[in-house]
Amino acid sequence: MTSGALFNLVTIGYFAAMVMFIGFLATRNFGVARIASWTAIAGFIVHTVGIGLRWYETYQIPGGEGYAPMSNLYESIVFFAWTILLIYILIEWRYNQKAVGAFVLPFAFLAMSWAQLSLDSTISPLVPALQSNWLTYHVITCFLGYAAFAVACGVSIMYLIKVRKEEKADDKAGGILSLFPSAKILDDMNYKAIMIGFPLLTLGIITGAAWANYAWGTYWSWDPKETWSLIVWFIYAAFLHARITRGWAGRRAAYLSIIGFVATVFCYLGVNLLLSGLHSYGG
Amino acid sequence: MTQKQQSILTKLWDFFCSLKLSIFCLITLAITSIIGTVIQQNQTKEHYLKVFDPDTYELLNSLQMFDMYHSTWFIGLLILFCINLVCCSIKRLPRVWKMVTRPALVPSNAALEAFSNTTERNVRGNLDEVRTRMETFVKEHFAPTRCTETDDGVYLYAERNKYARFGVYVTHLSILIIFVGAIIGNVFGYKAYVNIPEGGSVDKVWLRSGEPIDLGFKVTCEDFSVSFYENSQRPKEYKSILTVEENGEVVVDKRPIVVNDPLSYNGITFYQSNYGPAGSEIMTIKVQLRGEDKTQAFTLRRGEKAQLPDGTSITAADFTQSYRNFGPAARLSVQKVGEAATSVIVFKNFPEFDKQRKGTYLFSLEEFDQRYYTGLQATKDPGVWVVWLGCTLLVVGCLIAFFVSHRRMWVVLREKDGKVQVRLVGTSHRNQPAFELYFDKLKEAFNKQLA
Repeated sequence: MTSGALFNLVTIGYFAAMVMFIGFLATRNFGVARIASWTAIAGFIVHTVGIGLRWYETYQIPGGEGYAPMSNLYESIVFFAWTILLIYILIEWRYNQKAVGAFVLPFAFLAMSWAQLSLDSTISPLVPALQSNWLTYHVITCFLGYAAFAVACGVSIMYLIKVRKEEKADDKAGGILSLFPSAKILDDMNYKAIMIGFPLLTLGIITGAAWANYAWGTYWSWDPKETWSLIVWFIYAAFLHARITRGWAGRRAAYLSIIGFVATVFCYLGVNLLLSGLHSYGG
Repeated sequence: MTQKQQSILTKLWDFFCSLKLSIFCLITLAITSIIGTVIQQNQTKEHYLKVFDPDTYELLNSLQMFDMYHSTWFIGLLILFCINLVCCSIKRLPRVWKMVTRPALVPSNAALEAFSNTTERNVRGNLDEVRTRMETFVKEHFAPTRCTETDDGVYLYAERNKYARFGVYVTHLSILIIFVGAIIGNVFGYKAYVNIPEGGSVDKVWLRSGEPIDLGFKVTCEDFSVSFYENSQRPKEYKSILTVEENGEVVVDKRPIVVNDPLSYNGITFYQSNYGPAGSEIMTIKVQLRGEDKTQAFTLRRGEKAQLPDGTSITAADFTQSYRNFGPAARLSVQKVGEAATSVIVFKNFPEFDKQRKGTYLFSLEEFDQRYYTGLQATKDPGVWVVWLGCTLLVVGCLIAFFVSHRRMWVVLREKDGKVQVRLVGTSHRNQPAFELYFDKLKEAFNKQLA
């Protein structure tokens, strides 16, 4: 069995979990939600094994000296989906709010299917610039941060839907929205997710800077990738300050969280695909 | 100062201290930073004129858009951001400092009422005995207590993680430290380049502007090599072997440097940056007459010609390190007397390859030697350690600010109708829900203790 085959299984698993989470919102059957959760967890375990297997495979190719499988777009997307699930499972375990799955699993499913369907999954040994332990530290911290922001974004969308309903005060009507956590809890989850993501992003930027300093002799050169990571950092820093400012909490904070994630995605993909710079590996 | 002036000053001060200004700065920095990722920075005028018409060019140029991260307005924005950071801290730090160094040992009743985590119990016994029990209880479950006796009753105070209050300020300070480090690097550091041919030495490096800088020592490139992954053109390693001599003495002997492993000496760091050919390559071509054992070897530079005994000439027309995936290859131009020249490709890794051609002669590429120069970047940045200090503080500050909370606890003991009224009050400066759970558990233990 190859890692590619395992990742196909994972993609199907996340799709099934996503459909069941949405089914749960429609049917309000908690049994469905539980199966959805377990499917997601099973997918995550296979995903973990798959990444381990690919790591092993990097030693098996001719001339391969092995590397942590995070060196090109395909590998990073697969890893990104893995981190989204990791953060999601932590949040679900902490809050036990099943409805959130319907808003977070789609990110993981989209990432996996994009990777499996249209990205080049060839294992190629590392070019000199990437031969560094910093690669692993940098990628892990960045992507855990990104994943936390993805969860925060999903939760913020739920918040905006929920708060409109709550303000109309016709919550008695129930429906799908009654399965959502209250706006207060959603706001708290959003904050918690960003609280996890922000230090990780900070570490990701710092490890990136340290690596750049080690490989290129400058820790900061206003390269588009660096600049966009800083833009993302500014947005979430604004979010953290907005939450304690009157008139900026609630809706505006939720919008900032969504904008932050859009900027994150641009930083991750847009920069590689649309702009030019030092960071164009395997894009 | 008139009252009006005073009120303007207060307003100005409040403006610089305000969170709204922080949010404004962060969002403006985020939005304006986008410009420099869309407009390529620090290109030549000719380059920009290909993209923009002259009027747009003039406009963008006057707005310093082509080097926007060093423009007056962007730096101004960063300075505003720093002023905001400093003012916020000056405004809030003294209060926090007081709270940490001189905690409210005896808060007013109103203050105690305001905290939502509270429980109360009346117990039999005398005040001193209950007090000792409570001191042990709080010490065991939370933290050592400080006792204050007042006319109103006995107050026990305990706290944990009081330094968590400084997390935010450490974060803010760390950003200023990073800026200081960056300024030190910009003022006292430089980024320069030098190319050294294999076997050559330099004692100077050159800035982008062309200005030379004396190193104060001599760097020699002993060797440069580039290697590729098996059967591919994917580069595996660029390696220079450097020797450093100072005052005629070898201080660094034949140290290899590769892309992710630079060499530092005397505060100057040398990075493997690029490479190129220094002069043309020398190749050794072996020639064998078909059916004979005797071979003859020719050493040729690119473009050089050699004559075979029968008058046929061979010219080393071209050479490459890696032809497709077959490794080093040379193209020879072979011309028999009175005929047109033909091209013959020979591979170093496949000496038998030319047999297929069925020519009079069998050619093979025996050896080749390419002299390279190594391109090094030489950087001096005395501010980099200040930046790393700032970065460390930034992460530590963030973690403290987000995940550690200052928790305080009071026990108020009062004699009342022959009994002792014991009141337990707790508060946390952040993450209330987690503290509530903690306090509920503590309440159970408290009731058991006093039962």
